[in-house]
Amino acid sequence: MTSTAPQLGKNRRKKRGSVLGNTGLYLAVGIAALLFLIPFYLILRNALSTDPEITGENWKLLPSFQWGNISELFDDQTVQFGRALWNSTVVAVLMTVGTLLVCSLAGYGLARIPYKHSNKVFYVVLATLMVPTAVTFVPSFVLVSSLGWVDTYRGLIIPGLFSGFTCFLFRQYFLGFPKELEEAARVDGLGYWGAYWRIVVPNSLNFFAAIATITFISGWNAFLWPLVIGQDPNSWTVQIALSSFMTNQTVNFHLIFMATAVSILPLVFVFLFLQRWLVQGIAQTGIKG
Amino acid sequence: MSTTTTRGVAEATVAETSKSRPRRGLRSNATLNFWLFTGPFLIGLVIFVFVPIGWSIWLSFFDARYTVTPSHFIGFDNYKQILTNSNFPDSLLTFTVFAAFIVPTTWALSLGLALLVNQLRFMRAFFRSVFFLPTAVSYVAAALIWKMSIFSGVRFGLMNTVLGWFGVDNIAYLANPSPPWYWLVIVSLRLWIQAGFYMILFLAALQNIPAELYEAAEIDGAKRGWQTFRYITLPQLRATSTAVVLLLLVAAYQAFDEFFNIIGTKATWAQTPLMELYKAALGTSQDYGAGSAGAVILSLLICIVTLAQGRIMGFGRGEESK
Repeated sequence: MTSTAPQLGKNRRKKRGSVLGNTGLYLAVGIAALLFLIPFYLILRNALSTDPEITGENWKLLPSFQWGNISELFDDQTVQFGRALWNSTVVAVLMTVGTLLVCSLAGYGLARIPYKHSNKVFYVVLATLMVPTAVTFVPSFVLVSSLGWVDTYRGLIIPGLFSGFTCFLFRQYFLGFPKELEEAARVDGLGYWGAYWRIVVPNSLNFFAAIATITFISGWNAFLWPLVIGQDPNSWTVQIALSSFMTNQTVNFHLIFMATAVSILPLVFVFLFLQRWLVQGIAQTGIKG
Repeated sequence: MSTTTTRGVAEATVAETSKSRPRRGLRSNATLNFWLFTGPFLIGLVIFVFVPIGWSIWLSFFDARYTVTPSHFIGFDNYKQILTNSNFPDSLLTFTVFAAFIVPTTWALSLGLALLVNQLRFMRAFFRSVFFLPTAVSYVAAALIWKMSIFSGVRFGLMNTVLGWFGVDNIAYLANPSPPWYWLVIVSLRLWIQAGFYMILFLAALQNIPAELYEAAEIDGAKRGWQTFRYITLPQLRATSTAVVLLLLVAAYQAFDEFFNIIGTKATWAQTPLMELYKAALGTSQDYGAGSAGAVILSLLICIVTLAQGRIMGFGRGEESK
């Protein structure tokens, strides 16, 4: 089961072992896949059930498909889920655009523009990788609250834009970008700025898509920072709203699970749609052994 | 070094194309562009990363209750307080237990999934997607499903329903710390979210192992299966394995979301370091000094792990080869 042997030498043994081996292999993968899908099934089942169905004595495999739960969730004024959804969208989109812009420019500058002290600047960026941003949330909160940015989009978005790690990934990527393309652009009289926007960016869209997906997902799923910054329910993101449902006994089960389903669904689509680039991006940049 | 060669080539190219301009102007043009490209990022980095770090080191030496501009210098008292009087050391212990569970299990599960998926000939993309999909789910949403549906302590929880079929009584997984069923809840949740991501890393590494190694082993009489896994696959994956273990370790240090939502800050058990910092700085006491001191200690610990990672993986060595 654990062998990773390539196809080449397999042909001879295929006839004898393959039917049995394949059945076992697919059985194992199939069971693992089912286990991994259970939580998704539970979300959908509970989201489309009534409360008595969820809490009933006997397990109901399929829900009674209460599509009305969707409109009930958005009509419920005490929950304000639409507002949270909007906040999360604004935060995740602006965060993605801002991070890509700021970090890719810096990564390109560090990788490709000759400057006497560029190595020193790079070490300053590397130093920030040592301290994960989650740990510095206390001092960051102190700073953001003295700027008066508590409960604002600015406070939610801007402190997260300057990711040393993303800048580092872009630098590594641009180091491997073919120089010939840029040289051709240079011959045509484009400066660094022109070459960057007209040649480098259009030829790096796969990489940008991968980083964009990762940034969007982490922006949408962020919890600790929005929890610290969002003190007024109007500035809550989806994650904070979900978290408040868990401790708040007044919200019904079916609404809680419908909210969870609604909060996950867009990401699952983004994820499935962009998976190819994401996998490539992780494989390329994640770790180089 | 890479930058030296880049600089040489770039200057040579520019010099060739526009020989009439003086060399000095070219260099300042590059310098100007360098700051144009990196400036916005560096300014943000200073304001939102370096200033908070510096401020928090400064705060950690002051009596900073309910204030972020304190004036009463107290030396190392905040450090003493957070290391002796508070629950912060307990939370570091909790983290160690948590890491001891989660790091080996995630490593084994993600490697196992990668080995399985790597052998598939049909529907490989489908199964890879299934295992990778939970990466998109937030810890909060997962915590909600785990707490309210799978490990709900009452009859209608999935786990208790399944156990009920075998005549086992309901288990209250989260109500009390002994027996510590909550670890099952927390570890299974994190496994579900993380395994697919690390599986992708292992898959990429598996596909980079040269096929000749397996052919040579077969000629030498190695049995396919355990022997090739033990003597070829595992050693070839060493770099990725090391990286995965250290990434998992650093991630475990920062655990917050699922503990906050499943265990809660009011419980006396399973409090993570970040939760203790959250309570110290943003709870009722608003003690920014003690909170900052804890952040400094935690940062130093993570620095040590990261530096060890650099040592083991040869961080920066890869650049020179480029």
